[in-house]
Amino acid sequence: MSAGRNRLPTFAALIPGAALRRAAAVSPGDIRDAVRRSGLRGRGGAGFLTGVKWNLAAAAGGQEKYVICNADEGEPGTFKDRLLLSDFTELVFEGMTLAGRAIGGRCGIVYLRGEYRYLVPHLESILAKRRTKGLLGREILGVNGFDFDVEIRLGSGAYVCGEETALIESLEGHRGEPRNRPPYPVTMGFRGCPTVVNNVETLVLACGVAAHGPEWLRSVGTEDSPGPKLLSVSGDCTRPGVYEFPLGTPLRDVLGAAGGSDAKAVQVGGAAGVCVPRSQFGRRLSYEDLSTGGAVIVLGPGRDMLAVARNFVEFFNDESCGQCTPCRYGNAALMAGIEKLEQGRCSISELNDLLALGETMQLASKCGLGQTSPNAFRSIASHFRGEILGHGQGNGGGHE
Amino acid sequence: MDPLDRHRLTAEVVMLAEKYGRTRSGLLPILQALQNHYRFLPDAAMQETADLLGLHPVEVYAVATFYRFLDIERKGRFMIRLCRTLSCDMKGKDAVARQLELELGVPFGQTTPDGRFSLGWCNCLGMCDHAPALLVNDRVFTGVTRESVFNILQGCRRALSSQVAPGRLEGPDVSR
Repeated sequence: MSAGRNRLPTFAALIPGAALRRAAAVSPGDIRDAVRRSGLRGRGGAGFLTGVKWNLAAAAGGQEKYVICNADEGEPGTFKDRLLLSDFTELVFEGMTLAGRAIGGRCGIVYLRGEYRYLVPHLESILAKRRTKGLLGREILGVNGFDFDVEIRLGSGAYVCGEETALIESLEGHRGEPRNRPPYPVTMGFRGCPTVVNNVETLVLACGVAAHGPEWLRSVGTEDSPGPKLLSVSGDCTRPGVYEFPLGTPLRDVLGAAGGSDAKAVQVGGAAGVCVPRSQFGRRLSYEDLSTGGAVIVLGPGRDMLAVARNFVEFFNDESCGQCTPCRYGNAALMAGIEKLEQGRCSISELNDLLALGETMQLASKCGLGQTSPNAFRSIASHFRGEILGHGQGNGGGHE
Repeated sequence: MDPLDRHRLTAEVVMLAEKYGRTRSGLLPILQALQNHYRFLPDAAMQETADLLGLHPVEVYAVATFYRFLDIERKGRFMIRLCRTLSCDMKGKDAVARQLELELGVPFGQTTPDGRFSLGWCNCLGMCDHAPALLVNDRVFTGVTRESVFNILQGCRRALSSQVAPGRLEGPDVSR
């Protein structure tokens, strides 16, 4: 545990309670303004501006408003929220309370993936502790009208529920099928009420902004991607684990820290992300270049890239909710294509058709799952075209 | 399930509906609790839930069949789910899978004839830094090897013989 914390200096320096004490002394508008000026962007991967999201929810009408912490960390290769939920628990709840104050909501819900059920007793004990300390419940820190509490709800093993509207459907007792957007959850979310859905890490960073001001976040990172980012590093490296790096860090530096410098390629952003070949390890992890929720899967020198593509396409075939055709049918067609490639029976024109199909899926799928599902296949097929076309033909194929 | 249990089942569903609310939002927590108790969702349980929440049973069935961790068929006392996603795949999940099948004598997707163990796959468990990982009911095991498969199964058998409830295995074997 402590080894993990040492790698996360910014997070380890945050003191629970500091953000709320500061927030209790200023107006909700001041909190939102600080978050907006910090340039904090969603750490789940999509990168939407947190301050804008909070402003929209604050401006939306309605008696009841909700703060949802998206702890449905299902992206393959991502496990940094697991660490935040277990070791920085108070800050997660503090960030939710802060969001509640900022938008005028009194109800917080943690949507925790079922795979992390073992964390529930720990989370409940921290909630109880914060209620005792007056950091949750009625009149928080003695401020009249500052009421907020948090309840924990579990997912049941569906990746798509990490998509915010599917998550809300699930909370409402339905199949986790994404909704059409707009309306966005900030105006019509849980039970039809304005709802902000924020990633675990985003909420923790919001605590830092509230406690230390917008410049605190901007002291590292880039102009468009301010602040630190937690990265979950796994695969063919000697030191897998959770790392903190400033946004804008070159991939090469991350590989150096994790002991994966000899990699052939890296899958950035999990199954929904892209495969980056060795020649591009100078690319930067930021919203303007390689946008990621934090998954960095290192693929060592001997890795069979078609097997990597198969693993991800199988994943999406399994996790597609089946609601829209491009995703449901497209992923099945990509799977059939991969089987042909494995047998060395895929022609170049067929491969080109598969790539075009992938583009259609990106454009025409209803939600983020479908839109991102062909990313891994497309990037592998473009960077390792020779290798995958040569598969099953007794020919090792070329790289890149 | 034993038809004599119907009264107990009704009482349990009523109790859960009081706890989670007789609204549609209460549906998933109710089904999750029933799943934990019975290790699957018997038809009667789905029917009772539908009646209490004022839903058509098909609505409940539609939800029950959407989520991987809800089952409509009876599973073993120990549901073993091995992660098959890339990081675990690269760290030897196939060897672990073969060992599980050898030790239990059933392939993935099946339950042992004595009703003790079910074998299944799952997607990323978020334990990629300690791959390969598997779940036994709610408990996470990481860095699993052929050898530790045997020990994990022995631990389950001991828990059964000492009458420990299957969901109450000691805390997760998670080293962060």
